[in-house]
Amino acid sequence: MAVEILKEKYRSKVGEVVLGATKEDGGTRSHTITVGGESALPYLHFEGEIPNRPVVALEVWDIVPEWNPCFEQYYGDVYNDPGAWAKKCVEEYGADLIQVRLKGADPDLKDHSPEDCAATVKKVLEAVSVPVMVIGCGKADKDNTIYNPIAEAAAGENLVMGVGELENYKAVTSACMANNHVVIAQSPIDINICKQLNILIAEMSPAMSTRIIIDPTVAALGYGIEYSYSIMERARNGALQGDKMLAMPMYGNAGFESWRQKEANISADEQPGWGEQEERGILWEATTAMAYLQSGIDILVMRHPEALKAIKGNIDDLMKNNSY
Amino acid sequence: MGLTGLEIYKHLPKTNCKDCGSPTCLAFAMALASGKASLDACPHVTDEAKEALDSASAPPIKLVTVGTGDHKVELGEETEIFRHDKRFFHPTGIAVLISDSEDVAAKAEQFDDLEFERVGMHYITDMVAIKCDSGDAGKFKEAVETVAGKTEKALILMTEDPAIMEGALEAVADRKPLVCAATSDNFEKMTELAKGKDCPLVVKGSDINDLAELVEKVVGLGHKELVIDSGARETSQVLADLTQFRRLAVRKKFRLFGYPALAVTTKDDPKEEIIQAGVYVSKYADVVVLKACEKQQLLPLLSWRQNLYTDPQKPIAVEAGLYDVGEPGEDAPVYVTTNFSLTYFIVEGEVESSRIPSRVLSVDTGGISVLTAYADNKFSAETITEAIKKCGLEDKVKHKKLVLPGHVAVLKGTLEEESGWEVMVGPREASGITKYAKDNFAGGVS
Repeated sequence: MAVEILKEKYRSKVGEVVLGATKEDGGTRSHTITVGGESALPYLHFEGEIPNRPVVALEVWDIVPEWNPCFEQYYGDVYNDPGAWAKKCVEEYGADLIQVRLKGADPDLKDHSPEDCAATVKKVLEAVSVPVMVIGCGKADKDNTIYNPIAEAAAGENLVMGVGELENYKAVTSACMANNHVVIAQSPIDINICKQLNILIAEMSPAMSTRIIIDPTVAALGYGIEYSYSIMERARNGALQGDKMLAMPMYGNAGFESWRQKEANISADEQPGWGEQEERGILWEATTAMAYLQSGIDILVMRHPEALKAIKGNIDDLMKNNSY
Repeated sequence: MGLTGLEIYKHLPKTNCKDCGSPTCLAFAMALASGKASLDACPHVTDEAKEALDSASAPPIKLVTVGTGDHKVELGEETEIFRHDKRFFHPTGIAVLISDSEDVAAKAEQFDDLEFERVGMHYITDMVAIKCDSGDAGKFKEAVETVAGKTEKALILMTEDPAIMEGALEAVADRKPLVCAATSDNFEKMTELAKGKDCPLVVKGSDINDLAELVEKVVGLGHKELVIDSGARETSQVLADLTQFRRLAVRKKFRLFGYPALAVTTKDDPKEEIIQAGVYVSKYADVVVLKACEKQQLLPLLSWRQNLYTDPQKPIAVEAGLYDVGEPGEDAPVYVTTNFSLTYFIVEGEVESSRIPSRVLSVDTGGISVLTAYADNKFSAETITEAIKKCGLEDKVKHKKLVLPGHVAVLKGTLEEESGWEVMVGPREASGITKYAKDNFAGGVS
């Protein structure tokens, strides 16, 4: 019996955004990465195009992070050197790109100067040839002082920079505008704010409307993931139905969020009912990432090399054609 | 589902005979539409009309029950493609696989222990699947009996050989196991076995078209307690097939796919397998059979299932009241927060990791978070004072100090006046609690 396959007809698709720049375009990357472009819901190849596979970044910090001791064996030898750290992520662990988190800029931590931050980014750019993303320390007043020096120092590289928020998007957007970088627009698990922020950025510069990456805020498994999941499903449906201000590729810090949680970190001695810690942590992170792949994420930022490996395997599987 | 009174009325005799107890056929139709009457009350309705009404009012995906008593697992009866449109109803059954070629007793014992406590909720793997790899009917039956003796969980019996199935099914038929599976080669015999024992049956095709054909044949043999499996095992194809089942059943009322769906993982690496199973839990599988059986592997998967199947319309609340973290004494600190479960459990987790025994006072805000509740006047000097009195906090601690979330520091003055307690302003985010506790309460509350 031939079953009549139900294919959705969508009016529109997600916009494509190019990350990084090669020599021809004024950068120094060995290749660029294109994300977005989907004209179907996640991995439903039977009804549309998924032209670009989602990409997976690993995170590099500019200070020694206070991460779970299980990370020591992977990054312990490079914690003090963002360049070497980035190189290890790409060459040994297979990261598609690098996200530099300039945590050390935090005035309550190392209070790194804008120049120090720019120098860290330059160091990473020299150490690896993949596209690079850069985010601040999370304190808006300080972050607003570092965007410009970084954007200028890396002019031509087509960085991804963030984060812009509804209350504070102008500094990072203008730094990106002036130096042709891509901006991360972050909204707090709220589709209306997500859309509003994209509109505001596009109003600052129409050219920026094709240089936005949406960060819908990805909560960790067990801590609100279902809210983020549904917001992303709705945003992606909106994009496919023709809402241009939701039609940007999506991004999320799955590693950062997952490893903040007790379930990833607590030892088996303290919580024997939950089993061995490291594998549990890896799967807490990878399961979080899996859910976001199913709700339409385009760029995942991971932390544990094993979680990255498992999720890249899943992406390989999901990218196989399933046309009827 | 969702027929209007008028649509139902068309199928009724329209004689207004009152035999059903309603004054008119139309009134009866209205009562039927709102679920207040049963069609059985009308003695004159024709069989054709009955069938038309039954099938039109049936849910798009049938509810199928596996197992019995407290351990039964209900599958299906889903009505949505996206959880944000309403909600998903019956959480995917997670079945851990045992082969009859391994140490069945040891494994079955381990499986019964696969339950978790997390954020005040209890998670379990609901099912055990026993697969015949030995090709030996005696051995399979013995394995099934062993598992049945070790666990009360719902069972799935996996063999495509009816001769092997028969003995095992006979042994545990009263547990109402899921018989897995009928294929185009064995469906007559398998259907007879399952139907004879009144047990649900998996119908497994070689692809989605073959499956539809096979379901039609099995239904034709008179069995309707079915679970469907397209036979696909590659992640991407399974995702597509499960999506088609759900869409065709819900949108097109395609009856042949109006049954719960089963998916089986293939990955040998447990991490990859959990991720593969996660895809199927996310996208429409009603049962997933997998091999991974360690706690650290199943906890993330079961947590995802729990999260996905929550009702998006409903804030998840914990019961308001006073909670102990560790074994707090009279000088233990007291933290005040709301009864929105995410907020509460994050606070509780942070307080716990401070390793200073404490109490957390969860104020009834109707399950909404600190700032929202504050804006709504549900987290106010009055409601917090009431909560303090209600839980008898005064008798439990000898100090009179409370830690208030930093976000609502403005409440400090009025709360102190209203309650007579001294208010300490805590960190704005729960993530700051551990440090705050160590800085302030290392030697108890002074």
